[in-house]
Amino acid sequence: MSAIRVFPEWRGKDLDGMLHAVVELLDDTEFPTVKRWREAGGKVVGHFQVYFPEEIAHAAGMLPFKMRGAPIEPKHADSHFGSYLCSILKTSLELVVSKRVELELFVTHPICDAARNLAAVFGRNFPYPCQILYLPQNATSPAARTYLAGEYARVRDLCGEIAGVTVTDEALRNSIAVFNRNRELLRKLYAIKRETPWQVAMHEAYALVAVGGLMPREEHNELLEAVLPLLETRERKKHDRVRVVFEGGFCEQPPFELIRAIGRSCYVVDDDLLIGLRWILEDLPVTGDPLDALAWGYLERSSYSPVQHDPRKQKEDMLLKRVRESNASAVILAAAKMCEPGLEEQVAYVHALDEAKLPYFVTEFEENMTSYDTLEIQLETFVENLLFV
Amino acid sequence: MSETAGAESIVGRGNREGARLFRQWFDGLGQAAEENRGGAYVFVMGSLGELLSTFDLPLVFPEINSLQTAVRHQAHDYLNEAEDVGYSPDICGYVKADVATQRRGGMLPMGRIPKPSIAVLTNACNTYIKWAEIWERMYKMPAYVLDIPASRQDGHPVNRHTPGFERDRKYVAAQLRELIAVLEQVTGKKFDVDRLRETMKHANTMSRGWKRVLELNQSRPSLFNALSDGTIYLGVCNGFRGHEAGAKYFDELVEEMEYKRANGIGTLVDEKHRLLFVGVPCYPIFRRFTELFSEHGGTFVNSTYLWFASGGTNLGFEYELADPLESLAEGLLTGVSDAMDSMFFQTNALVKMVDDFAVDGVVYHPVKSCRTTSTGQADSRRALMAARDVNSLFIESDMMDRRVVSEAQLKNRIDAFFEGLESRRNQAAAGIA
Repeated sequence: MSAIRVFPEWRGKDLDGMLHAVVELLDDTEFPTVKRWREAGGKVVGHFQVYFPEEIAHAAGMLPFKMRGAPIEPKHADSHFGSYLCSILKTSLELVVSKRVELELFVTHPICDAARNLAAVFGRNFPYPCQILYLPQNATSPAARTYLAGEYARVRDLCGEIAGVTVTDEALRNSIAVFNRNRELLRKLYAIKRETPWQVAMHEAYALVAVGGLMPREEHNELLEAVLPLLETRERKKHDRVRVVFEGGFCEQPPFELIRAIGRSCYVVDDDLLIGLRWILEDLPVTGDPLDALAWGYLERSSYSPVQHDPRKQKEDMLLKRVRESNASAVILAAAKMCEPGLEEQVAYVHALDEAKLPYFVTEFEENMTSYDTLEIQLETFVENLLFV
Repeated sequence: MSETAGAESIVGRGNREGARLFRQWFDGLGQAAEENRGGAYVFVMGSLGELLSTFDLPLVFPEINSLQTAVRHQAHDYLNEAEDVGYSPDICGYVKADVATQRRGGMLPMGRIPKPSIAVLTNACNTYIKWAEIWERMYKMPAYVLDIPASRQDGHPVNRHTPGFERDRKYVAAQLRELIAVLEQVTGKKFDVDRLRETMKHANTMSRGWKRVLELNQSRPSLFNALSDGTIYLGVCNGFRGHEAGAKYFDELVEEMEYKRANGIGTLVDEKHRLLFVGVPCYPIFRRFTELFSEHGGTFVNSTYLWFASGGTNLGFEYELADPLESLAEGLLTGVSDAMDSMFFQTNALVKMVDDFAVDGVVYHPVKSCRTTSTGQADSRRALMAARDVNSLFIESDMMDRRVVSEAQLKNRIDAFFEGLESRRNQAAAGIA
């Protein structure tokens, strides 16, 4: 269990004060909590979106830092990339080149053709290990689970070597328990969004999830344990708003102000925003072989996304399931600019939603965009059409 | 046969015979389509031609079909059609051309291709997976994604001496056995290990030949242009993998290159600048693109394309025929990993190519359509410049979409690049450091 705490600003405050502190932290592109972690002697694993088993880094006593870009200008990183690429690649490198964040290990996955290049790009620029974690795309192969457990063992050994510890099964089970608690709390947050969406604004829920990637998960658990009961009991008026699912936030994130704007127009009752911090959908076993449990979690209990291939989880079917289970009546289909898998999936989503006669709003975003007026007007028009037709 | 007649029959044979084989291959696909026989849709990085041909499945390479629409200046019609049904201008042009092809019942400028009975793909490119998902939705046929755990870190290439190799090889072998069961189901044919040995023997000949052909281009003058001639050889390498005709072709290609080397016959009359090409060719102006360099006496002596688009055949890996399935797993793992290395972890390979091929300049050609091969190029260029004092050119365009190909801009940049090469050469001749 990590004893280091890096985010004292929320403690001793009322709900609004805590939420303000969380938003302030999310807004801070100097990543103060990661710096405090390092000042306390901690080491950091930077893991690019989406499906990194954070429990392994945690068990080694390292901070798993979710690399999801940032709303910053890629002044240094720009010259390392060409055109026609999504922004998150550049700003993720910028975070490290500019020393806003310092790492001891970088891990990416072949989630898309661009992201798989990052291990090479980082590796050419930093002296520490920069690796690819090959997650199975042949998810229904009976051999995939054993392979993945072995791949996780490799990451465990690497983390242990960097941290200067032997990562025991006991440590891994303890970490799984910490993350199980985190998963439980995040599910509870999403239940509030789904069942009483007026109790928590879209941007508040988003910020509460996002800061989990910036601090030890025990501390995130403490924060959520303090905030969630207050969210449930706060006095908020229910408005006559359309219930909407937001799809397209699995990797690059929309700007926080855009999330705030969307939340002003409708109730977003479910989404795939920051799915990389909550991709294991159920608790994992805390007995038996922990790496096998993590491998099982990826193959059998993970969230779908456009960057995971599993014939048992057709993406359009999963989206319709998400809409049904959240009792939504419309969908915002977003994609980050130049995000190939997201843009490709939009075609299948559109066809499925047409067939299901569900209204949808298609848009693109970029983490560095600064003007939302047009998009907000379009969205409001879409929503008004639904409300008043 | 007189010496002149001998030269006439050997020199250029690879190009002539390559065109003939390509026509033959495509005629076969057209016949399969007419007879309503399904094909195996495969990709250049890990086609498994040696296995699939034992099930008599016609091999369809959608990447090659799509690039052919660009070479024949018809890609824009296909791209527009796919964009009209919702595919973004910002996704791979190969995918979009194929979507339109499927919507046209398999019709291409070169003829008609069969529908897929199965798709077999590796994880070497994520777009392969998204692409196969489109076919799954269209045809409800199986798409088998074969995981190849490739190099995890720069400087740690996959080979049998590396830690974890055996674990990864076993995973690949297990998947091959699963794939064979799927193929038996799809085709109704029993797997024949002796036929596999036969096709693997032909693949061995091809691998040996391709490696040798690439090595021979270290000659001065270079014997073939890696960008133009090389693409023809590459087509045979993919389409005829595991076939006797493919093996024979590469035996003869080696013979042709050996002959040219022995007789000092190069691809250009006056080779002035030896170049490397990094990335995917500019197919919308394929011939003109090469001319923009050859007009200055520049010839491409090698390219990463000839490596990754051959699925790692450049390694010359030869299968152990005594234990074919286990060896096929090793060859696939090693070859496809090498193909990925030549896209992602390419710096060391480029440095070696610069040295071995006495290269004067390196041309980086990132394209809008392909993030796999393009994302890391700018950074890789920085690393190469730090490692070797060699001129380089960074030009962006596309492999499919003529809307992002500006010949005038390309020409300006290429002309300036050659001015730099000439200037450096003149300075060296004058003894100026």
